[in-house]
Amino acid sequence: MEYAVQMKNISKSFGEVKANSSVSLDICKGEILALLGENGSGKTTLMNMLSGIYYPDEGQIFVGGEEVSIRSPKDAYDLKIGMIHQHFKLVDVFTAAENIVLGLKEGKRLGKRAVADRIREICGRYGFEIDPDRKVYDMTVSQKQTLEIVKALYRGADILILDEPTAVLTPQETEKLFAVIKNMKNDGKSVVIITHKLHEVMEVSDRVAVLRKGEFVGSIPTCQTDPERLAEMMVGRSVSLNIERSEPVNPTPRLIVKNLSVRNGEGVPVLENVSFTAYGGEILGVAGVSGSGQKELLEAIAGLQKAESGSSVIYVAPDGTQCELVGKRPSDIHDLGVQLSFVPEDRLGMGLVGGMGMPENMMLKSYRKSKGFFMDMGPSRRLAENVRDTLEVTTPSLGTPVRKLSGGNVQKVLVGRELAAEPTVLMTAYAVRGLDINTSHTIYRLLSEQKKAGVAVIYVGEDLDVLLELCDRILVLCAGRLNDIADARTATKESIGYAMTYLKNNKAGDRIDGGGQKHA
Amino acid sequence: MSQIISLMQAAVVFGTVIMFGAVGEILSEKSGNLNLGVPGIMYLGGIASLMGAFYYESAVAEPNKLLCLIIALGCGFGAACIGGLIYGFLTITLRANQNVTGLTLTIFGSGFGNFFGGSLNKLAGGVGQISVAATSSVFRAYIPALSNLGYIGKVFFTYGWMVYLALAIAIFCGWFLKRTKRGLNLRAVGENPSTADAAGISVIRYKYLATCLGAGISGLGGVFYTMDYIKGTWGNDLTIESLGWLAVALVIFTTWKPVNAIWGSYLFGILYWMYFYISGLTRSTQELFKMIPYLVTLAVLVFVSMKRKRENLGPAALGLSFFREER
Repeated sequence: MEYAVQMKNISKSFGEVKANSSVSLDICKGEILALLGENGSGKTTLMNMLSGIYYPDEGQIFVGGEEVSIRSPKDAYDLKIGMIHQHFKLVDVFTAAENIVLGLKEGKRLGKRAVADRIREICGRYGFEIDPDRKVYDMTVSQKQTLEIVKALYRGADILILDEPTAVLTPQETEKLFAVIKNMKNDGKSVVIITHKLHEVMEVSDRVAVLRKGEFVGSIPTCQTDPERLAEMMVGRSVSLNIERSEPVNPTPRLIVKNLSVRNGEGVPVLENVSFTAYGGEILGVAGVSGSGQKELLEAIAGLQKAESGSSVIYVAPDGTQCELVGKRPSDIHDLGVQLSFVPEDRLGMGLVGGMGMPENMMLKSYRKSKGFFMDMGPSRRLAENVRDTLEVTTPSLGTPVRKLSGGNVQKVLVGRELAAEPTVLMTAYAVRGLDINTSHTIYRLLSEQKKAGVAVIYVGEDLDVLLELCDRILVLCAGRLNDIADARTATKESIGYAMTYLKNNKAGDRIDGGGQKHA
Repeated sequence: MSQIISLMQAAVVFGTVIMFGAVGEILSEKSGNLNLGVPGIMYLGGIASLMGAFYYESAVAEPNKLLCLIIALGCGFGAACIGGLIYGFLTITLRANQNVTGLTLTIFGSGFGNFFGGSLNKLAGGVGQISVAATSSVFRAYIPALSNLGYIGKVFFTYGWMVYLALAIAIFCGWFLKRTKRGLNLRAVGENPSTADAAGISVIRYKYLATCLGAGISGLGGVFYTMDYIKGTWGNDLTIESLGWLAVALVIFTTWKPVNAIWGSYLFGILYWMYFYISGLTRSTQELFKMIPYLVTLAVLVFVSMKRKRENLGPAALGLSFFREER
């Protein structure tokens, strides 16, 4: 086997934090290598040193057998290494073609026609579809990703690194991406996929390399391993990958949503006539391409978004009394005695105050109750200690500003606070985004416990495998409309994925693109 | 008719000062550097060209016209570039806050200009005494044959050569940003520096060059003001500063397109001087008229924000500093 890249004893630290310590990794020619590891295990950092974003503190890199020094992204391109970052490196106001030629030296003028021809040639060879004159801000996430790959290929990349490429794709788009990756492999290119999704590793890769806490654990041909063993390598001990799902016990209607419609700031409808009932004692999943109205749905229920007239959200308390939530502010809803907990997508923006410690953040939810001029920190401090201990939050001290904690710990603080309010309705948006397997399973367990306690849980998620395993029913949003409510025990990934992208009763049968933009 | 022509002439001369300021600032902002030091930089350009010309003219008996021009222009442009370099060093290398740095530069520039302007006046024998007649005449020379072409000659050809230089620079910058690869790279730096960096563009170099050259071009506004507009003298007033702010406003008005700065600056000139040609205005109502350019800029801001067309908004990374290894 010929090596395309060899990394030897690479170390990199950021201040006190060791992101990689003495990692050695080989990438063979013409293989698809999966780089597996939990969040914070140093996968992206390691690959960023190949693409010239970071420079290693120690160690050597060999490309094609020769030792090289990659000091900038330009050096990486010169060595035919291209990386597709998780946050796309694209200029929004430029066209596809402009993004592709950005930074290239050939000629001083922009030779638009020649560029477009070469883009078409690359697209034809690997099976991409791309319009060179389309502006990036008009593109869907999957189109942007395609553009990134074409950009790397245009620069002659032979080694392609994709950082969590499927995080934002629907199952159908993922299929397409994997087909393209296999085409590139057949063309003799090496592909590295950074991921923490085990089933993808099994599906697409030839070989798996595993990192744990910045250290190289080992590599193994994919055909000689299975997800359980990989999970063990990744976490360091055996983990159960099964999500426990109990049968709903005595589900009672808790939220009755009727004809809920929401317009965004520009007056464009983002949610249209959505009607459903959420039951206490079940987990209702919400699936959809990102920007299909999930955020607006939750925020409208929580009183953070104005709903159009004709919308109705009836809250049924456990004792049977009913009240209307539409038209009320969050504080009104709270005063009515509705125990609504909301774990928003933007944890540090909407959920927590980044610059404050855990006790202060706990207090945000309860300070109105305390009387008098001074604050009573006692209860909040005790709650913070409790959350820290039960959810195993890793923090130097309770007073450490929460923005300094890792993503998983921030999420635990937020979820812990919301659960402590003993909700009857618990809404979560992308509760496990960016969290590792361990923490994710902790969150799943907590949600399942809430469900058993009779809480109506609404779980907006992006990983369909998890939605199918965790939830009881799945509500599918497509372009702001309710497209399907499926039984999670019988639905398939394909059927959900289809409902996410193809609107039922859509006469033209057109595909609806996500990203919140509807092309009328 | 003659009133309209004289308004046009006033507008063109006035507009040229802010056109230089605005085009330079556009270049700087396209690299993501919001340089609020434009007024200060125009002071630096103005005072440096005046000092250069003054010392040259007092050193020789018969000043050479070409040397006058080179010295005044070189000193003005160079000093303004150094102003840009100071700003660049603070904001690009040391990653200081851009707004604070820019405002400080404005305060510094106006102080520097008025201090040395006052000193020059003293050297020349009293307030209002300084005059660099030889240099000023080079800046104010125009082609007699063309300027005699009736109305057309009066409207188009009765100006010093820097009026046409401003036009050329504006058109060149527009072409550069829109049509060349380097222009594309520069725009990318201002829109999304980490993307530009990942595409192999030297973000730091582009930022420095755009900021320094942009400041140099802005500084030419000061040179033109000193040498042509007020005929090679120095007044210790705040005119340059107010013109500098107008230039910053013009950048927004043009939606960051240098070619729009041409008609935009002349329009600002017309609006600014209109009070002079409307009879029956008192001193206080005159001041109200002078506000019009700012009101127009406000209206443009409101209009552009309402339309929300991405291309008409400023560079996305404007005002932010760039650090590759930021996590």
